[in-house]
Amino acid sequence: MKILVTAKRVTDPDMKIKVKPDGTGIVTDGMNYKINPFCEIAVEEALRIREKGTAAEIVVVGIGPKEAATELRTALAMGADRAILVLIEKYYDSTVVAKILKKIVEEEKPDLIITGKQAVDDDSNQASQMLAALLAYPQACFASKIELVDGGKKAKVTREVDGGLETIQVELPAIVSADLRLNEPRYPTVPNILKAKKKPLKEVPVDSLGIDTTPKTEFVKMTEPPTRKAGIKVPDVPALIEKLKNEAKVI
Amino acid sequence: MAKTLIIAEHSKGQIKKATLSSITAATKIGGGYSLVVVGKDVRAVADLYAKYGAEKVFTIDGDAFKNYIAENYAEAIAQLIKANNFEFVFGSATAFTKDLLPRLAAKFDAGMASEVLAIEVSGSDVVFARPMWAGNAVAHIKITSPVKFATIRATEFDHAKEAGATSPVEAFAASVDPAKAKVEYIEFAETKSERPELTEARVVISGGRGTKGPEGFKMLEELADLLNAAIGASRAAVDSGWVPNDLQVGQTGKIVAPELYIACGISGAIQHLAGMKGSKVIVAINKDEEAPIFQVADYGLVADMFKAVPEIITAIKSSR
Repeated sequence: MKILVTAKRVTDPDMKIKVKPDGTGIVTDGMNYKINPFCEIAVEEALRIREKGTAAEIVVVGIGPKEAATELRTALAMGADRAILVLIEKYYDSTVVAKILKKIVEEEKPDLIITGKQAVDDDSNQASQMLAALLAYPQACFASKIELVDGGKKAKVTREVDGGLETIQVELPAIVSADLRLNEPRYPTVPNILKAKKKPLKEVPVDSLGIDTTPKTEFVKMTEPPTRKAGIKVPDVPALIEKLKNEAKVI
Repeated sequence: MAKTLIIAEHSKGQIKKATLSSITAATKIGGGYSLVVVGKDVRAVADLYAKYGAEKVFTIDGDAFKNYIAENYAEAIAQLIKANNFEFVFGSATAFTKDLLPRLAAKFDAGMASEVLAIEVSGSDVVFARPMWAGNAVAHIKITSPVKFATIRATEFDHAKEAGATSPVEAFAASVDPAKAKVEYIEFAETKSERPELTEARVVISGGRGTKGPEGFKMLEELADLLNAAIGASRAAVDSGWVPNDLQVGQTGKIVAPELYIACGISGAIQHLAGMKGSKVIVAINKDEEAPIFQVADYGLVADMFKAVPEIITAIKSSR
């Protein structure tokens, strides 16, 4: 079987984000980049499916500038077999991302596509579901458990939904988006990092895909969120109770 | 004809308050709105939704919609949108709508705004404000496709009030062949709780790594009982398996904005703050006085929660 996974290059989620004073975006000077944590979970899950005994080729796809090869190498060092980097020069919204991924899926014909449920930079949580619609594939989003059943023809997926956990079974090919609890990704070892440098990484300019890259959203400006001022420290519990009762009037 | 369609959520025959926030968001657009209730035997809940001033309340009812299957729901609602030429389609930013709406938007080659915080309208221009980077930046975007989709963050819009009139309820006959969906619904394991729902509670008490385990959460539950509060948790507590995962408050969990949020043993990672910093009053109890949670807390108490929380419980009990 073939599993396609995604690896988006995102700003380091542990770094402080600052909005540019002119509102055109965020300050990127000195910013570190990482593989989107949800994509990392997707890659890990593909590896675990293979380690459980399903012979699988694992192809990792990224969309970004040339530098995004770094994050694809991370996925290769974790254990993916080869990588595809769709080169873009500007920001695309989820509608375009889904169209790009559709094209890659049509070429690669994977049996299973595992994505991160959202990217921690734009926080949209849209591309996987849009991709499923464009391909008319079943979707199983926000997965906390994936199990191949029926001789690998179907996947039984537990989803994190409102008020509990839902389990559905989807026919493959299907799209599964990974939630936090699916697994804990491994760290690449040094020998595997070295090996990953020799694994194939194909660069594909977006223009060569022959798709309409007109976004359906238009950026107007970026602003700071309303800030919350730190309040006061209270010395002890009686002082806290007094404040909550008489000042905040919430208890 | 109404400009906006709102996908109305329901559970056990009851309306969801989050949908009432989406109605308020639709009133910012103007031009009227209709609702659609999808499921099996949903007429009664559609009647409940008919009290909120919608032009119409549509039902899409039948066996194909008994359980939520994205393919079937998206196909049916797409037919309703086409038949009525809605320009905007809203739903609340819950797991249900977050799963459904992008699939629906893609059927229209349409743009979508996720987790909308505010809607600015000037003339025919509609700008959606939405959080990025765990809420550390707010992007203002326009949607350029003819049909425009958005999930609405319930904490940012007031609940719509009953309108005093009753909207007509109309069954929409969607043509969906459930056999075509390559999905089989297996089961739903509900998290049982007697407490108010996390996203709707007036008071939320959350525990983090400092809670040390399920025993620590038992103590928080005792306090929650006194304040009729919901229990929340940081990612660390959920990942450790101390509480069910739908209690997670944060960027990728629940977004809450109660009147009172009490964070116990939570350091205040960026992704946690993203889920609770809209709360009206924040109390933080943490041993570490350098913990980032204190930067957003109205009242900070540097203390061991295992000493402080029982003291709070005693103090509240004795004052009643």
